[in-house]
Amino acid sequence: MSRYQFFGYRRENGRVGIRNHVVILPLDDLSNAAAEAVASNIKGALALPHAYGRLQFGEDLELFFRTLIGMGSNPNVAACVVIGIEPSWTGRIVDGIAKTGKPVAGFAIEGHGDISTIAAASRKAKEYVQWATEKQREACAIEELFISVKCGESDTTSGLASCPTVGSLIDKLDPLGATTCFGETSELTGAEKVCASRAATPEVGKRFMQVFDAYQEVINRHKTSDLSDSQPTRGNIAGGLTTIEEKAFGNLAKIGRKTKYIDVLKPAESPAKGHGLYYMDTSSAAAECITLQSAAGFVVHLFPTGQGNVIGNPIEPVIKLTANPMTARTMSEHIDLDVSGILRREMTIEEAGDRLIEVMMRTCNGRLTCAEALGHREFVLTKLYQSA
Amino acid sequence: MSTHFIVHDKADTVGVVVVEDVQPGKEVTGWIMETNETISMKALDAVPLGHKIALQDLKPGDTVLKYGHDVGKIVAQVGKGRHVHVHNLKTKRW
Repeated sequence: MSRYQFFGYRRENGRVGIRNHVVILPLDDLSNAAAEAVASNIKGALALPHAYGRLQFGEDLELFFRTLIGMGSNPNVAACVVIGIEPSWTGRIVDGIAKTGKPVAGFAIEGHGDISTIAAASRKAKEYVQWATEKQREACAIEELFISVKCGESDTTSGLASCPTVGSLIDKLDPLGATTCFGETSELTGAEKVCASRAATPEVGKRFMQVFDAYQEVINRHKTSDLSDSQPTRGNIAGGLTTIEEKAFGNLAKIGRKTKYIDVLKPAESPAKGHGLYYMDTSSAAAECITLQSAAGFVVHLFPTGQGNVIGNPIEPVIKLTANPMTARTMSEHIDLDVSGILRREMTIEEAGDRLIEVMMRTCNGRLTCAEALGHREFVLTKLYQSA
Repeated sequence: MSTHFIVHDKADTVGVVVVEDVQPGKEVTGWIMETNETISMKALDAVPLGHKIALQDLKPGDTVLKYGHDVGKIVAQVGKGRHVHVHNLKTKRW
């Protein structure tokens, strides 16, 4: 069997997942307690508590629904139980997830209370877990794999080696039909013109620049300094990164040297233009970015780190690589692939890219990532503005 | 021969230290990734792993090149072999 095939779970809509979660999804902050109680009752169920879902409106509310429906719809999720305080918005999430054809059921707490809701939802979750655990993996092709990328706690080793390693993987797998996604609008500052030039068409490049310029307006409206405490972060600066421009060129190395992006996605928007590389408008905060990418249907994530970000995601496995030899040594339990050999000239970037493909394929076949083994389940919704 | 610092592009005016023991006076060897050339010079500051070292004398207002691109401006005199960081290099943005 080719190394570019993997064993995944084929879902009702034809999409392929690499994990087989039964998710208990709270609609809102009020329903976290019930969702966590159900996941405690039923072994193998996974609750995704979060802080929002009340009194949001407009574009912020649309993003909220797109993110929650997207998480439930992700092919790494076999089935989903939705619990909300009231039936209307709960039903909207259920209907959205049901479009994938996967099993999904909703429960509302008002008029019933937590205890009877937990009982009913637990019965449904038990049924789903027993059904899902009989699912078998089957051979899948690389063109069925959706891969997202984002780096964090970057330092200069990220731009020299670990981000180009991810870029090597994208350059190798893009011609074979993989679907890939990068984001981090703020962390392209300084490299935006080079990024615009990497669009597949001038029209896509123009749409990227519109998104980029809109983000700069947000920063200019709210900034209190040159953002030097946030971009670069204190960790970035400790690692030797000085300016946002320097960070941006290192960041952009993740999309390789030749692959062009074919579309610009809104936050949590699913790719709809077929195989290829996509740019998504996201925050550069790791948990927010990966949550938006997993909500868009990406099933495996590649995360280069310099100083040692420990991020995970509840449903999308996060593979971490570093080229910083101190991080590889002092935080080894978080690092799935050490590519510091590039800096010692013991390994080329192309060789490191091949190693990363191998680690990714093993992850797709079922091997837990460091973040999964350590229980990292950062699920953070992006909020566009304050609630009503 | 060990590589003490790495230069991404031939045109760059800074390199990145990739070892943990660069001290003032140390003769350091650098690898230019783009051209696979080796260069050497004397470090004049202690430069931590991951931090930048000046490849030439730089004066206030000079643009710093890394990855062959503009990554900011010099705000305090920097000699060749000195540590380049937040004390002498600033963003041109925001």
